[in-house]
Amino acid sequence: MTLRDLRPGEHGVITGFTGDTLPTRLLEMGMLPGESVEVLRLAPFGDPMDLRVRGYRLSVRKEDASQVRIDRRP
Amino acid sequence: MSAGRLRVALAGNPNVGKTTIFNLLTGMRQKVANFPGVTVERKSGMLTGSRDVEVVDLPGSYSLHAKSLDEKIAYDVLTGRLERAPDVVVCVVDASNLERNLFMVTQIMDLQLPVIVALNMMDAAEEAGITVNAAVLADELRVPVLPMVARRKEGVEELRDAVLESSVGAPRPSWELMDAVAKKVPQLEEALGREADTVPANHRYVEVLRALTDDAALEAWRAAAPEFSADVEAVRIDLEARNVHYQHAEVMGRYQWITPLAARACERNPPELSFTDRVDAVLTHRVAGPITFGLLLGLIFQAVFAWAVPAMDAIEAVMAGLGAVATQVLPGSMVTDLLVDGVIAGIGNVAVFLPQILLLFFFLGLMEDTGYMARTAFLMDRVMKRVGLSGGSVLPLLASYACAIPGIMAARTLDSERDRIITIMVAPLMSCSARLPVYTLFIGAFIPQERLLGLFGYQGLAMFTLYLMGTAMAVVASWILKRFVFKGKASYFVMELPPYRRPQLRQILLRMLQRAKVFATRAGKIIFGLSIVLWFMATYPRVEADQEWMLERQELILQRDAARARVDEGSVEELVELIVAGDSARVYAVAQSDPERHRAAELSYAVSELDRQDHSRRIRSSLIGLMGRALEPVMQPLGFDWKMSAGIVAAFAAREVIVSTLGIIYSVGEVDERSVALREQLKADRYPDGRPVFTTLAAISLLVFFVFALQCMSTLAIAKRELNSWFWPCVMWAYMTGLAYVFSLAVYQGGLLLGFQ
Repeated sequence: MTLRDLRPGEHGVITGFTGDTLPTRLLEMGMLPGESVEVLRLAPFGDPMDLRVRGYRLSVRKEDASQVRIDRRP
Repeated sequence: MSAGRLRVALAGNPNVGKTTIFNLLTGMRQKVANFPGVTVERKSGMLTGSRDVEVVDLPGSYSLHAKSLDEKIAYDVLTGRLERAPDVVVCVVDASNLERNLFMVTQIMDLQLPVIVALNMMDAAEEAGITVNAAVLADELRVPVLPMVARRKEGVEELRDAVLESSVGAPRPSWELMDAVAKKVPQLEEALGREADTVPANHRYVEVLRALTDDAALEAWRAAAPEFSADVEAVRIDLEARNVHYQHAEVMGRYQWITPLAARACERNPPELSFTDRVDAVLTHRVAGPITFGLLLGLIFQAVFAWAVPAMDAIEAVMAGLGAVATQVLPGSMVTDLLVDGVIAGIGNVAVFLPQILLLFFFLGLMEDTGYMARTAFLMDRVMKRVGLSGGSVLPLLASYACAIPGIMAARTLDSERDRIITIMVAPLMSCSARLPVYTLFIGAFIPQERLLGLFGYQGLAMFTLYLMGTAMAVVASWILKRFVFKGKASYFVMELPPYRRPQLRQILLRMLQRAKVFATRAGKIIFGLSIVLWFMATYPRVEADQEWMLERQELILQRDAARARVDEGSVEELVELIVAGDSARVYAVAQSDPERHRAAELSYAVSELDRQDHSRRIRSSLIGLMGRALEPVMQPLGFDWKMSAGIVAAFAAREVIVSTLGIIYSVGEVDERSVALREQLKADRYPDGRPVFTTLAAISLLVFFVFALQCMSTLAIAKRELNSWFWPCVMWAYMTGLAYVFSLAVYQGGLLLGFQ
């Protein structure tokens, strides 16, 4: 599954990346394999996602999130 | 260290208090200038209490692998591409967000410049349940680490001392690239060294990593170092074949080093629900969020349009008074005319916008400083994406309602070049404050003051419609650019939502003043110069009045003075005003009751009317009249006569100039957009065959023209500067002028067909 599939309130751990249009910016912001990510909410029109990663808040579009492979965690 | 002035650069992520620290270090001794040789803004100041230490504030960046223009500037300064590289770099770091902040610190340390880490926002970290041990951090990084709370001025003295003492290059952090990639770096460093001797040896490492992982950076080397580029490409192909993710190698390597390091330096006990979380539950809520944003925008526009009025009136009064004093004190001469009609009126034209611009900047500053601006980007991204923009374009476009210049400059923060170009291209369609005087004049003159259904005033509705038209066209234009020009180019949105913070009034006011200064000097120079040029164009070539006219005027003046001698002066003036205003009922009443006074007033009016005719004749044959008349055939289908055409020609340099140009043409002396005299003159003007020049339809057509036309030299100049090409500014001018012409034509001809006059 990918980060896009996580629902608000759910956590997951990044396992890798897919696709070739992954923005490097996402990695530079600390979204790397092994990091845990929490989806806090979606924006009012359903996109982008509001995430918590490395203790701070990052918003990312779903189309970019769908290139981040993830393991859902309870 | 090199001789002479010591140069300190402040670098760091956005929203870490960099500018607050800059202000504390430099006091008010700041200046905004350009980097030598390039037109990129450079904010610097002298360290307080020193005479030879210069502090340069770099734009906020997340990485040295520049994506936005702001990041490119920071990178170029740190690597010494724009000027001598800094002697010391102060890396400002948000203590509550250590890992991500340290990412760029390790990049800067790899440049082996002397580095000091300013560990700012210790208080915010504490609130977030994070305790950072500065000593441990300093030990691990092997550079000085100074804990700070810049908002409370804590740690500033220590930072100042450290800056003056620092001189040793930072040790390269011991992070490791994945083996497969690390093996390739030395050979690439060598290749780069052979071809590009401009890159100092200790910068080669960073440069190689950039070229290896970043396509744009590699592209930049293709011409300057072809062999190096070829080598990089070969390495890329080799690594790819072995399934090594070289693009991610650097980022992963750095974070693998940073993550355990940060864990050793920090203790974390985050609270369940922070203040920011609770506020965001409302402000980014799917229903409450957009509503709050809408209300806030409403409040801002209300403030800009209603609250600024007293200040604008005051400025107008001062400038008018200044003009009157100058006319009285100075001898009547051409220089006086130039000073009063050209220079003073020109300055007034600029100054009168300042209250609105200052207010808008104040609110924008407030939104930025609290962290709300990032939320608006988050809320709006989906909508903006649809039309080819991103959430990050919200701020530039909002700023463009005040003035497109700061709006276009604010687009620098956008990561994607596509988003940035589109944002800049559509920003001038947002109705800026320079259009307001034109809107006010023509709406006041031609739209009735009645209310629709007793609720909404027609005039207010008309104003709103004009703003809506511009905004809607911006949406359409960006959609077209996305769909047909930048087809298929990727864009992304990765934006930090910083914690909410209490706004710092001082900082907001300071930034507001800096922005307004940039506007005033830039716009001021142009409008100022233009007013003088316009005055000349409206004055020359001079035609002398003929003999017959002179005699008629002398005769009339004699009669008038005789008539006026018989009655009270003041009461005559009142009556003249009634005649000018066209109040025939009251004039008739006076004529019945006091024929002497009526005759004096009629004669006074006749003299001024004669003078006005003379003035009109002069204008007609002046340069500006010639231009207007040359353009009249093209503008006639839009409903514009030669005077309006002349006004539009003048307004191509700056929109608001049309008001003073029409004022000069109609010669009603001191003019502003609410001037009743100019309004009445416009309404009373007739073609030779007796048809009115300005019908309501022609006025609406003119308004539509002003919504769309790009009549602003400063906007073109700034767009050229920011996009570094004349291509886009030319396209911008052409498409907006085309829109203006086509829409005005459609409105006027369509209106005529429907039977409107």
